[in-house]
Formats: sequence, C-alpha cells, structure tokens
Amino acid sequence: MTTDLRPSTAATGSRRVARVVRRLPGTIVLTLLVAVTVLPLIWLALGSLKTQTEFIGNPTLALPENFLNFDNYARAWNEGHIGSFIANSALATFPSLALIIVFGVAAGFALEVLVWKGRGGVLLLFLAGIMVPGQMILLPLFSAYFTLGLTGTIWPLILTYTATGLPLTVFMMATYFRAIPKEVFEAAAIDGANIYRIFFSIAFPMVRNAVFTVALVQFFFIWNDLLISLTFTSSGQWQTIQVGLLAFTGQYGSVEFGPTFAAICINVVGILVLYIFLNQRVMKGLTAGSVKG
Amino acid sequence: MPSIIGGKRAILVFIGPALLIYTLIMLVPVLVSTGYTFFTGSIITGFTFSGFDNYIELANDSKVGDALLFTLKYAIVLTVGQVLVGYGLALIYVFWLRRASGLIRALVFFPIVLPTVAVSLMFQKLFEVAPQNGPVNELLNFFGAGSVDWFGSSGSAFFVIILMDIWRSMGFYAVLLYAGLLDIPEEVLESARLDGAGGWTLIRRIILPLSLPVLLSTIIFSINGTLKVFDSIVALTNGGPGYSTTPLTLQMFRTAFSYGDYGYGSTIALLLTAICLLVTVFIFRSSRRDLTKG
Repeated sequence: MTTDLRPSTAATGSRRVARVVRRLPGTIVLTLLVAVTVLPLIWLALGSLKTQTEFIGNPTLALPENFLNFDNYARAWNEGHIGSFIANSALATFPSLALIIVFGVAAGFALEVLVWKGRGGVLLLFLAGIMVPGQMILLPLFSAYFTLGLTGTIWPLILTYTATGLPLTVFMMATYFRAIPKEVFEAAAIDGANIYRIFFSIAFPMVRNAVFTVALVQFFFIWNDLLISLTFTSSGQWQTIQVGLLAFTGQYGSVEFGPTFAAICINVVGILVLYIFLNQRVMKGLTAGSVKG
Repeated sequence: MPSIIGGKRAILVFIGPALLIYTLIMLVPVLVSTGYTFFTGSIITGFTFSGFDNYIELANDSKVGDALLFTLKYAIVLTVGQVLVGYGLALIYVFWLRRASGLIRALVFFPIVLPTVAVSLMFQKLFEVAPQNGPVNELLNFFGAGSVDWFGSSGSAFFVIILMDIWRSMGFYAVLLYAGLLDIPEEVLESARLDGAGGWTLIRRIILPLSLPVLLSTIIFSINGTLKVFDSIVALTNGGPGYSTTPLTLQMFRTAFSYGDYGYGSTIALLLTAICLLVTVFIFRSSRRDLTKG
C-alpha cells in the first residue's frame, strides 16, 4: 500500500539489510509452508512425464528426460479408461447437484421464510442427517436398489448423493435466508406477488451467491466420494473416477508407474483449475459447511 | 398486513420434494438398518431372524474391538494433530504474515479439496519402498539411514496415515481458526501489548483464552469427521498390514460386502452411529454454552 519515496542512499541500504534480517524467520516459515504443500504435487507431475526405463534406471527425485512426454496420459486415458470414469463421475455428480440445489433451496425457503407449525422440528430432522454416517444407510439402500432393479444403473448414485447432500444444503440455505430481513418478502406480498413469484423473483436472486457457494461445496463432497460410489458401482460399468482410479492403480500400480502417475495427475489437475479460479469461494463455503465431518 | 404464510399447498410444494427424498433415502434406511441388526444374512441370501445374536457377537468380537480402538486412536491423534498445526498456522497468518497471508492461506488450503483417493495414492508413492524407493526413503538414504518399509508395520503405517491427513487438512483448519482469531478485538491486543505482554505471554494469556470457544468447536467438528474416516485409509493402506489400521467404518464395509453379513454389518454401523451421536450431542451442548457466554 505505501510507496517508498526515500532516495536510495547508503543509510537506507543498511536499513534494508536490517529489514531483510528481521523478516528472515517469516520468509523461512513461508518457504517451508509453500514447499511442504507444493513439492509433493510437483514430484507427482514430474513423475507423470517419465518413461518406464526412467522409473527403473533413474533415482526417483531425478527430473524427467523429456518434459513433453505425454505418452503416459494417452495410456491412462485409453487403456486405463480414465476418460470414461470422469464421464461417469460427471453423469452422477451434476444431476445430483441440480436436484440438491433445487430441492434444498426450496426447503430452506420453506423452513425459514414461510411460517408454519412444525418447521422447527423438520429443520432438526434435517440437521440430524448431517451426523449420520454413510454406513448406516448403505445396506438397506443396497437391498432396495437391488429389489427395484436399479443395480447396474447410475440411479443409485444420483439418488443417494441427492439425499446425503440435502441435510447440509438445507441447513446452510436456511441460515442464508435467515439473514434476509422479513420486510423484503412482506413488501413483495403487499405488492401482490404470490408465494411462487416471491421465491423465483426475490428470494432466489437474493441468495444466488450463496447457492453457488453451497453447490461448490457439494460438488467437492460428491466428486471426491469413495464410500457411496464403491458400494454401488464397484463391479459395474458406472465406476466413478475415484473408484476407477483405485482399481486402475491396484491393477497397474506396481508394474506401470508412468500411467499410474498420469492417472492421479488427471484427477488432481481438474480440481486445481477449478480451485485457481474459485479459491476464495471454496474456502468460504467449506469452512461454513464444516459442521459436516 | 399480509404475512408470508403461504397456503398449505405452497408449503408442501417447497418442502415436499426435499423431505420426501430425505425420508425415503436417509431416515427410512436408518430405521431399516437398525432392524437388520436382529437378522443375519443379506439381500442375496435372504434374512433369518437371529434375536440379539449380533449384539452378543459384537461384544465378544476382538476384530471389532481392535477396529473401535483404532478408530478412537485415529480420531484423537488426528484431532490433536490437525487442530494444533492448524492453530499454529492461524497464529502465523494473523500475527506474522498479516496481510501477505492471503495467497499462502489459499495455497495451504488447497489439498483439502483434492480427491482423497488421489492424495492417498500420491502418499503411497512418496513412502514407497518396493519395487522402487520413494522420495522419503531416498532422503533417508541420502542422510545415511536405511530405507523403511512404511506400510509394513502398523506403527509406521499409522504414522503415514496421520501425516497425510494433517497435510490434507491443516490449511482447512488454519482458515477455520484464522476466522476465529480475527474476531479478537484489536484494542484488547493493543492494550495487552502496551502492558508489556509479548510473544508467548500474549498467546497464552490473551489469545488462547479468547479463542477458546472457536477452538473447542473446531476440536469437536474434527472428532466428528475423523470418526467417520473411510476414503483415505481404504486408498492408502486398505486397513493393513493385517487388520492393524482398520477403522470401524471399513470393518463394517468388509463384514457386509466381503462376508455378505448385512445383519452384523448393520450392528457395527449402529455402534458407529451411537458414537457419532454422542459426539454430536456434545457439539450442541458446547455450542449452546458458547451462546450463553455471548
């Protein structure tokens, strides 16, 4: 913020040295933090560019010989089917997200803006769902999907993700709606807007930012999930990226190092790009949703 | 003045779909799962009523006992670790890096959004010993120490699990606690500094007591999350070597899907849920206590 307008003389020179020394511990801590966070990921990225002979012949910390060797990516994509795993994940994640948002925002609106008997109880009922571990619902769901003939389709994933995403979404949306003064809605009602008009023209636009944040949080929960996807897709064609990656490395991991590194990298890079653009929102959303373990 | 009551139909339209899905896919299964605890078998083999057999088995099952102990050990060690490291980072952000901390906050936060499977596989490679030394063993060799088979013994495998989860979550907990530290009024710190408190004294006498509420709720959130650990352990050690790093969640998963015993699996799930419920009740009590404190 402040600009240094002093002329550069010997006196300010020594002062500058003093300043550098004073800042040294901070700089060291900073460097250490960056190194601890970034170096493993850089090592991973470098590994994805190495050939099998390099993996066996060169030390693990050596740089790749050809930085433009993307063979491993091609092999992970084609032989490892990483591409179709990502497509499966997208096919499970985005419909679930849409349902979570539509139903969750509406429910938050009903629980916070509308006045009716028993809404406190219903909110508590949703809250209870935040703490229930996935293990507690998996087996009855597995039986139910089996009986309904849904096993082997994408529906078990979409339905289960939608239901498990709702408690936190409803809770967060109720909190956001609580922050809007009731007078806003009352004024709209006086002007003759019916309740659906109020929801679509006033309430939803006012929480649009919050909706985006909540969607982002749920995206990470669903995209990164292993428990639910392992339960419902482990043997089928609908394996998500997490299940597929685990199976792929289990199968190739100890023989084909390059494609394994590349497959992990593909999974990391997509998230990294998203995070570069939206990190402030992601941080805000995830810490706000920290009630979920 | 028309109040925003809306007709019964409007209420049903707004809350109905969410409540229906939530009830059918979460609430009913919780009850059904509890019902399963009195049966043995699975959807494929069929269920037979077994009374309290599952509960008796649960009480005498040494594998479940071990898994329970591991879950508690993991939850306590990781909670202490990630909250301690997170708090340290938050202090560094607030009092040392100050305004320059924005970028570093975002950077250190990043690993928490990475897929747990990807992070676990990366750590497998980092700590690999065969067929090729990973960077960690390479560094050990460089300093003259021998390579360690990290996933070969339960102690070192546990160490890697904890290290990985702290790496993943420290930035997240730092930001969570950072927000709490920012709430400490600047005047309080200023007057303490004027009175001669600095460094360690300032932290121990002023900052720590004032950030105690947020610290407490963070600890409880952390325990609640760590009790449910599944992804990271499945992908990193798959419960091994042997069963030595198997938490309740994984033991339940194996019982149900590898051994096909839904009844006993549900009984283990119920035990886990009961523990989570206890912790959650604790959350509500402590957050209420915070409210009355103002």
